[in-house]
Amino acid sequence: MHTNPNRRHVLAQGAALMGATASGLLLPQHVLAQSGKIRVGFMLPYTGTFAQLGVAIENGVRMAINEQGGKLGGREIEWFKVDDESEPSKAIENANKLVQRDKVDVLIGTVHSGVQMGIHRVARESGVLSLIPNAGVHMATRAQCAPNVFRASFTNSQPTMALGEAMVKRGHKKAVWITWKYAAGDEAYEGFKESYTKAGGTIVKELGLPFPNVEFQALLTEIAALKPDAVACFFAGGGAAKFMKDYAAAGLKDKIPLYGSGFLTEGTIEAAGPAAEGVLSTLHYGDGIDTKRNNEFRLNYAKTFKMQPDVYAVQGYDTGLLLIQGANAVKGDLSKKADLYKAMEGATIDSPRGKWTMSKAHNPVQDIYLRQVVGKENKVIGVAAKALADSGAGCRL
Amino acid sequence: MDFVNFLIQLLNSVQYGLLLFMLAAGLTLIFGIMGVVNLAHGSFYMLGAYLAWSLAGMLGSFTLAILVGTALSVAFGLLLEKVLFRHFYHRDHLDQVLLTFGLIYVFEELRSMLWGDDVHGLQVPEALSASIPLTDTLSYPVYRLFMSGICLLLALGLYLLISRTRLGMKIRAGAFNHEMTEALGVNIKLIHAVVFALGVGLASIAGMIAAPVSSVYPNMGGQVLIMCFVVVVIGGIGSVRGALISALLVGLVDTFGKVLLPQVSGMLVYVLMAAVLLYKPEGLFKQ
Repeated sequence: MHTNPNRRHVLAQGAALMGATASGLLLPQHVLAQSGKIRVGFMLPYTGTFAQLGVAIENGVRMAINEQGGKLGGREIEWFKVDDESEPSKAIENANKLVQRDKVDVLIGTVHSGVQMGIHRVARESGVLSLIPNAGVHMATRAQCAPNVFRASFTNSQPTMALGEAMVKRGHKKAVWITWKYAAGDEAYEGFKESYTKAGGTIVKELGLPFPNVEFQALLTEIAALKPDAVACFFAGGGAAKFMKDYAAAGLKDKIPLYGSGFLTEGTIEAAGPAAEGVLSTLHYGDGIDTKRNNEFRLNYAKTFKMQPDVYAVQGYDTGLLLIQGANAVKGDLSKKADLYKAMEGATIDSPRGKWTMSKAHNPVQDIYLRQVVGKENKVIGVAAKALADSGAGCRL
Repeated sequence: MDFVNFLIQLLNSVQYGLLLFMLAAGLTLIFGIMGVVNLAHGSFYMLGAYLAWSLAGMLGSFTLAILVGTALSVAFGLLLEKVLFRHFYHRDHLDQVLLTFGLIYVFEELRSMLWGDDVHGLQVPEALSASIPLTDTLSYPVYRLFMSGICLLLALGLYLLISRTRLGMKIRAGAFNHEMTEALGVNIKLIHAVVFALGVGLASIAGMIAAPVSSVYPNMGGQVLIMCFVVVVIGGIGSVRGALISALLVGLVDTFGKVLLPQVSGMLVYVLMAAVLLYKPEGLFKQ
């Protein structure tokens, strides 16, 4: 090669070199980090069941940043995207695509808790700033919490932590709990059990079925035989719609009120039809929060993206707001980690859901609303718990 | 559990079992007669559910949607058989598994393009929307009884078709000895096409009548597919009678497992399958 450099070879190598320069491969790390653009990576589901959630979250993040002139701490942004397909087995590989190949400064993701655990491992090992816009898996802000990991959404037990008291206040002192037997269901139960028994309620029986089994009939018969004051549950997505329909069809709806973690009625009201009407749930967002902040957000979102925002869009938006606060505090130099984390820990996020702050374990301390399905909406009928924090048990930050 | 509740749970078991049977019948038929392992069977169930939902919206009638949907599914089955499956009857089972596994992804993607990724609901038709009160708290939806009725009718029809008609005789002969049947002048290609379309039709009808109670959502076929295979394996691969008995058995174990042994209910059905395979490796009713 050296003795007889033919023309084609030189050209090919030159092209490769130019490609490498353009994609930033040849620049030393610190140059990239300081003078170039801030590299923000989305790892979200863009295909599969959760595809719309991924899109809503990305929309939210971009909207928050665009409202600030499209920059972070004065620096331009370069965006990267990886579709995580909600596939836990590919989570580490996908997170590494962003962290090692694209060298992102910030990784924003994801929806699915199993995938989140993969991202979490990569974040802990690489130290990259990791922002969680949805997944509520406890571990990320409890036993395995990390200085570089912040959540802008909720923990799985946060909505149900507010549910117990709300139910007792409404006079339902004997309840049956029902869920899928998997991590998210167990974590939701933990919150319900604590809040319901603390408020003076008794859990008559805990019912469960394997995820994602949707043959509820046997358990509904069981509920009818137990005759509790109310039923509390954790279901989401298609299974949630089916549960509400079966519950109503079994004649239980008018006799034993149904309560749930708010995901029961997120995106499922239309599918469940009249069976969802009147169902009560607790979540950190809802329809009809009549504040100037929320109304402006909803109007702008609808104008920009030609669709109505949901709780996922709000979580994405808040993730953006959190990142802005952090980046502004260090004037865009994300390598000043100590200052960056401090700014984000102390941040107050002026969110459409209401103002919230960061807990020590890096999870929102937020109001949880009591909502009731009226028509096609999750109408907010009150605040079930003010400034509710996750316990953060086992976190040593 | 008192006696009344026991009876209601029994009803639940039978009702679930019959629905499982309807799904598994198509699967076992296609395997028994053509020797094709069809992993995409669950997709036909999903196809049925989505067809029912979109056609009911377009035509304004659930009954009409089922009729048109059945015709469309059968036509789709015939097309699929002609274009793809026909060429795989003599191939290795691994090839068939790869083909049909790939088809699952193709169908999911097509579903996403055609109908999107939302969860949809379909209202139970007015005439069947009532519930019959059983105890002071529990009612039984009429629609569920209607579903069981349809499943029973189809089971009976399938039995008569296979054991009492000329076509059924040819189907059985073809399954028994394919070359000899062809040598005797039976158009075995046509028989295969009919059986395949029948299998697709059964799964699709199951999806359509289940749509109002199960909702319509992405990947809904994947969940039922596993149960289908369990039913088929317990019943003996290829045996329609075996599928019926095994489906009822699975319904019974699943329902009472959830109530009496909730901690292990997730695996009881599989334990049943393992136990059957241990003593009868070819299933309860080997063809």
